[in-house]
Amino acid sequence: MTTLFFWIFAVVVAGSALLAITRRNGVAAALWAASSFIGIAGVFVLLGAYFLAVVEVLVYAGAIMVLFLFVIMLLNLREADLKVVQGPRMHVGGAILGALFLAALVWTCRRSGLFDVPVGAGGPIGETGTVAAPLFRDYVLPFEIVSFLLLAAMVGAVLLTKRRLS
Amino acid sequence: MTVGHLVTLAGVLFTLGMLGVLSRRNILIILLSVELMLNAAALALVAFASYRGNLDGQVMVFFAIAVAAAEVAVGLALVIALFRIRVTVDADQVNLLKQ
Repeated sequence: MTTLFFWIFAVVVAGSALLAITRRNGVAAALWAASSFIGIAGVFVLLGAYFLAVVEVLVYAGAIMVLFLFVIMLLNLREADLKVVQGPRMHVGGAILGALFLAALVWTCRRSGLFDVPVGAGGPIGETGTVAAPLFRDYVLPFEIVSFLLLAAMVGAVLLTKRRLS
Repeated sequence: MTVGHLVTLAGVLFTLGMLGVLSRRNILIILLSVELMLNAAALALVAFASYRGNLDGQVMVFFAIAVAAAEVAVGLALVIALFRIRVTVDADQVNLLKQ
């Protein structure tokens, strides 16, 4: 059952990502990317990372994609702006590079026996409480630094988009 | 479902994001592709956290998502600021430093 759901989510993730990078329309691309993120949240649920699945849907498919759609609609691009893609050299080069990378990855996984290690059942369960324990015990300092990073990003975004600094 | 399958799925997602960055010129789509690549890394981290049997990898993904949110906010602000002065989202037309 887990395997069946894994394959369904894998097809959703990869197919949506492929559609997201090929759409000319920015809104369609952002919506397909959101579909891909929801697929990833599904894989997280299969792995027992319930907290991260919720965060993925809330932050990625929710907040980040809304921000993307907001900016795409704010810029109100003309059709002519959206039709430009790189020449065939980049496509072919990228495809070769990607195929080499994937082949190396699968070969390494096969060599190290990762295809024989089942995961999912019996793994650590990442509920809110169990993720919070290491987060607030071992990773308190990074947690506080991230809060400052978010503050800095917020101030930076407001400053960058201001029309004129006085 | 094995660790190898999950890592391969993460690799496919990363490759698709890389192809998006390489083959598109729309800055917004390039940013979107970078998000896909970040998600591939998150997927691999959760897979290996499950493999190792502890939650440190999941905590790291939590931080990665927080940093990604900050990155998107600043990145999109830069796109808006750029659009305001150049009226384009074509990455190839932004070559002020080259001239």
